Amino acid sequence: MSALLEVRGVTKRFGGLVAVNDVSFTIAEGEILGLIGPNGAGKTTLFNVVNGVFKPDQGEIAFAGQTITGWSPDQVVRLGLARTHQIVQPLNDMTTMENVTVGGCFGREQLSLEKARQLADEVLKFVGLSHSAHLLARDLTIAGKKRLETARALAAWPKLLLLDEVLAGLNPTEVTSMLQLIRTIRERGVSILMIEHLMQAIMNLSDRIVVLDFGVKIAEGQPEEVTRNPQVIEAYLGDPNIAEKLMESE
Amino acid sequence: MIFKRPFFWVILAVSALFAVLPLKGNNVDLREGLILGAVSIILATNLNLMIGYTGYVNFGNIVSYGLGGYIGVYLVASRGWPLVAAAVAAGVAASLFALLLGLAILHLRGAYFALATIGILEAMKAFVSNFGPWGKAAGIYLPFDVYQSLGGPMQALWTTYFLVIVVMGLSLLLSYVIKISKFGLGLFAIRENEDAAIVLGVRTSLYKAMIYGISSFFPAVAGAFIFFKSGTIEPMQAFDLTLSIEAIVMMMLGGQGTVTGAALGAFLYEELRGYLLTSPALSNFHLVIAGGLLLLIVLFAPAGLMGWVYRSVPRLRRYLE
Repeated sequence: MSALLEVRGVTKRFGGLVAVNDVSFTIAEGEILGLIGPNGAGKTTLFNVVNGVFKPDQGEIAFAGQTITGWSPDQVVRLGLARTHQIVQPLNDMTTMENVTVGGCFGREQLSLEKARQLADEVLKFVGLSHSAHLLARDLTIAGKKRLETARALAAWPKLLLLDEVLAGLNPTEVTSMLQLIRTIRERGVSILMIEHLMQAIMNLSDRIVVLDFGVKIAEGQPEEVTRNPQVIEAYLGDPNIAEKLMESE
Repeated sequence: MIFKRPFFWVILAVSALFAVLPLKGNNVDLREGLILGAVSIILATNLNLMIGYTGYVNFGNIVSYGLGGYIGVYLVASRGWPLVAAAVAAGVAASLFALLLGLAILHLRGAYFALATIGILEAMKAFVSNFGPWGKAAGIYLPFDVYQSLGGPMQALWTTYFLVIVVMGLSLLLSYVIKISKFGLGLFAIRENEDAAIVLGVRTSLYKAMIYGISSFFPAVAGAFIFFKSGTIEPMQAFDLTLSIEAIVMMMLGGQGTVTGAALGAFLYEELRGYLLTSPALSNFHLVIAGGLLLLIVLFAPAGLMGWVYRSVPRLRRYLE
């Protein structure tokens, strides 16, 4: 498998704070890579660097065979790298349908308005938001807004999807259906890089896990390896027996 | 196709009505009233592209009108250009100016952008007041004989009236076409959340500069016609901040973001202003009204008249966009 995304030695500083420190990893095509770490570890900053919201101070990012270091977010999404936001960013006074149509119009395929509407229709069905298609985005529930984030990103027809805590704030039923949705997305050939605090969910979904702490990558590997890593346990998980607990139940 | 949409025909019918009404009985008073209404509609409609569609408050919207007026009058008076050619040239020049300016200042957001536009207006006024070829503070006077080419002054007044109505109709159509286009969708996304729009792939810098340029075209063309009609142009009158603010009130009154709202608000406000200006007890009181009105709208009806209409009769959304 060739690498779809390659992050090489990326560093991002804010003043004296090193938010992301010399981080490298790759994502293969069709892979789900989980990104975990304590609050403030630099996970969202790393997302922002990957999709072009921030320029890295050092390091390079290559996506789909091109170096995209320093590209702006709109260029990155046209190349097929879409994302969701941890703090949802709905286009409030537009309908759910219009929100998703924006994704289709300006994403990888640069669809015409008409084609983008058709795609939005399908994507809304796919994420289970059809019944809310004509509601204003501001009137959606939190779960609805999270799904809207995902739907908009999907409408961009991405090769790689960055999901930033799409499970946070959802109730158990909503979590289950969102997990199902993520699996279905992957089955359609979309690679996924996801940040998540729900350990059980991310351990079961991910092919591999990368752990960040204070901006540094402290571990990388299969979920079982990572959960047994003493450094990870100390920094984040806290419980030496957590691996068994997490992997047992789903 | 756009011909199948009801609102296209609404725009055409309204424009035709403007053109035909004063013809009956050669009603010059009505014509002079309607031309003011038409100019207000042009200003508010094009301003709506910036504020209502894209979410960028432009206090310097009158710059394109004044600049267009200067370029048009100058080309007719000193270069002997025919009126329509001069007006189109004025529109193109003002658009290019705005496009370049937009690329430079549109990275500013919110209040900072609004402040920059006031700066541009004042800078433009100061520049023109000192610009020799345009007569400095005294401005330009058109020689009387330029009206001969349009069949004499009386006929020229009618000709400019019809030209202004055409510009009004085209402004409304432009506004509508943008509203139902992919370009318009991108602008709305910028208005709602610019950071999200970039992440969704909208080329925000380019779009903002483009709409700044586009929204400057018809006001500049109208400015050329109106100042040609009045025969004189000078800086204080061409670059009047009051008019800029009144254009914002008009647009807010009718309902920003909708084509009908901006036009309706402009027409109603112009009627009200006409009444207040001619009533001797209330001279210059219209600015007090404008200020009060803006406050009330922002506080209690941010969606303007159309917001209320849509809530009351949702079906009208299809016909009055």
